[in-house]
Amino acid sequence: MSNEEINGGDALIRALADENIDLIFGYPGGAALHIYDAIYKQNKVQHILVRHEQAAVHAADGYARATGKPGVALVTSGPGATNAITGIATAYMDSIPVVVISGQVASHLIGSDAFQETDMMGISRPIVKHSFLVQSAEEIPVVIKKAFHIATSGRPGPVVIDVPKNMTDPNYKFEYKYPKDLVMRSFPILGKGDDEKIAAAIELFRSAKKPVIYSGGGTIQADASKELTEFSKLIGCPVTNTLMGLGAFPGNDDQFVGMLGMHGTYEANMVMSEADLIFNVGARFDDRITNNPSKFGLAAKKIHIDSDPSSIDKIIGVDLAIEGDAKLVMQQLIEQVKVSGFDQAIYKDWWSKVETWREAHGLNHDMLKLKNEKDIILPQQVIQSLYQITKGNAYVTSDVGQHQMFAAQYYKFKDPRKWINSGGLGTMGFGLPSAMGVKFAFPDAEVACVTGEGSIQMCIQELSTCGQYGLPIKIINLNNRALGMVKQWQDMQYGGRYSSISYEDSLPDFVKLAESFGHVGIKVEKLSDLNDAMKESFAMKDKLVFLDVLVDPDEHVYPMLEAGGSMSEMRLSKDKKTF
Amino acid sequence: MASQISLLMENQPGALSRVIGLFSQRGYNIDSLSVAPTQDPTLSRLTMTTSESNEVIQQILKQLYKLIDVVMVQDLKASESISLEMALIKVSNKSEVISKIEKNYSSLEFNELDNKDEKTILRLIGDTDNLESLLVELEDDLIEVTRTGALGMTLGNVSLETEEETKVIY
Repeated sequence: MSNEEINGGDALIRALADENIDLIFGYPGGAALHIYDAIYKQNKVQHILVRHEQAAVHAADGYARATGKPGVALVTSGPGATNAITGIATAYMDSIPVVVISGQVASHLIGSDAFQETDMMGISRPIVKHSFLVQSAEEIPVVIKKAFHIATSGRPGPVVIDVPKNMTDPNYKFEYKYPKDLVMRSFPILGKGDDEKIAAAIELFRSAKKPVIYSGGGTIQADASKELTEFSKLIGCPVTNTLMGLGAFPGNDDQFVGMLGMHGTYEANMVMSEADLIFNVGARFDDRITNNPSKFGLAAKKIHIDSDPSSIDKIIGVDLAIEGDAKLVMQQLIEQVKVSGFDQAIYKDWWSKVETWREAHGLNHDMLKLKNEKDIILPQQVIQSLYQITKGNAYVTSDVGQHQMFAAQYYKFKDPRKWINSGGLGTMGFGLPSAMGVKFAFPDAEVACVTGEGSIQMCIQELSTCGQYGLPIKIINLNNRALGMVKQWQDMQYGGRYSSISYEDSLPDFVKLAESFGHVGIKVEKLSDLNDAMKESFAMKDKLVFLDVLVDPDEHVYPMLEAGGSMSEMRLSKDKKTF
Repeated sequence: MASQISLLMENQPGALSRVIGLFSQRGYNIDSLSVAPTQDPTLSRLTMTTSESNEVIQQILKQLYKLIDVVMVQDLKASESISLEMALIKVSNKSEVISKIEKNYSSLEFNELDNKDEKTILRLIGDTDNLESLLVELEDDLIEVTRTGALGMTLGNVSLETEEETKVIY
């Protein structure tokens, strides 16, 4: 077998199989046709035909987030490549291992403005971890090997492989051999943390009175959730997760004070404001967390664990930086604490204070019991209903906007990799295709896409893909008949001047729309019908259900950090604020 | 005082655009840039000067090193180093120009390279600050000017070298 001569297209697909890839998402076109012929001739790598290249990359991304394995998308040149860009940028901002293979015009045509030519290397450059333009058919296996290695190691990220059509010429054959190892110049991958710094970190906890553990998406990417939880239990201080980090520490644990940041809980943001030690693992002090960096954590010493040294001291200077793999560093910390022991009683006063915050303005996790005369559904109630009926075990993908924040606040994620959302780029249209990726990865798991009537329309064409492949996703549409988050900002900062947030009477009938794709549509308008409709949706195990829930159009997401303020400056409701 | 960064990168298409792109993408300013292959033809060496603050320089160094095509990065001002730059200038009043240089810029080396059409091309070599003051002074005399951008190298045992290759075995 090893001496067999094959062409570049076959080599590319065989290399994917050798990389243990059994599923790719894509859309064919001229420059990728040799590759598609190679797909047809084999059965190790299954190709999923999406309806738009953006969805191919989002699906690969959702697959990667849920499994921890790299996702793969295949697109053609020109518009195929440019349509993939939003997907690539989404994966880049959230550090997700995705490999995107794009067709390209033949190498002798590059630069000639040939049909469907675009400079994919140039266009994608700022939003990839790395990219390759294939220079010869023979290098395809090694390029694939390198691409997966780069995408998945260290701080993960998307890698683009641009393949000129002549590199996959069916008539040009060469000996295929998949490399067993790679030589990379200067590609350090961080492992354990410095032992002295580990000890110093523990000492900082011992001398702290008001510490907080703040964990982000990096903890999930490093598969360090178990270690984070164990360490947090040993230390016994409040734990908060970022939007990207939800599920790394169990959301239903008493030690968890909720998500922090822009729409974080009152208690989480207060804990961050008053802490004397902020222990950051796998988060990046981004602007949705810190609010005004010059007012951030002024009283706190700061520890930052990151696998990407360029994240350290980028926005917030820290007292102790531990460069390393989160999983290994957390293991070192656990080992150290176990040897020396830790007296959690030193945080007793701190916890009393945290509890008063929790009681004062904590989220109401019993909102379903709130009745109102008009039987109007609040968006938070939909998430609580979803949480109850799925027992907190579903994979939940989301789009971007109010529904995303409600889902993050009210679905108490117990496990990592189950909350799939575009936190960094904030990409509307991400929810449905990423749910497809999750469903392919875990066909037996419940997969819900929490969306809004604005976001869902950005990739709604994928209802067709779901029909073709029989993907029984539950789409929970929080339909408030407006672009809710934009409307909220216009309410708060633009005197209620609603500029371009309404579709007037042009919204589709989502029930009929779902049915036209062969799915089930259910419309819910009354709170008293909500739970039954939710149950009914999940009872239809083999059907995609589009649950169109008409929610209160005037609801805002709170708490909300005040622009330019500190983390304690929050609006708590339409008429209550902390500042 | 401008900072100076030297780096080794893969000598292949696209590598330079990643380095330059990083600067525009992250909003860093480049004052000058110079790049050419080294004694190892698979590597190019790039030297750049930038007037960013020290905190930003630290970020730049880390962001550059993160690029897969960048093999090694060095902050030249972090150790003892020399820095110099070459310029070619074309003037029509050679003798006046030369006397200005000799009077106030004795640290700059200069040679006369050509005299076609009574236009003289002079080669100037020296440190960037001196060169820049001279060029300001000569503003009305210059027909054209081209500069290499600063080059730099650390002294003695401190050198910009590649690390050991990383072999990844599966």
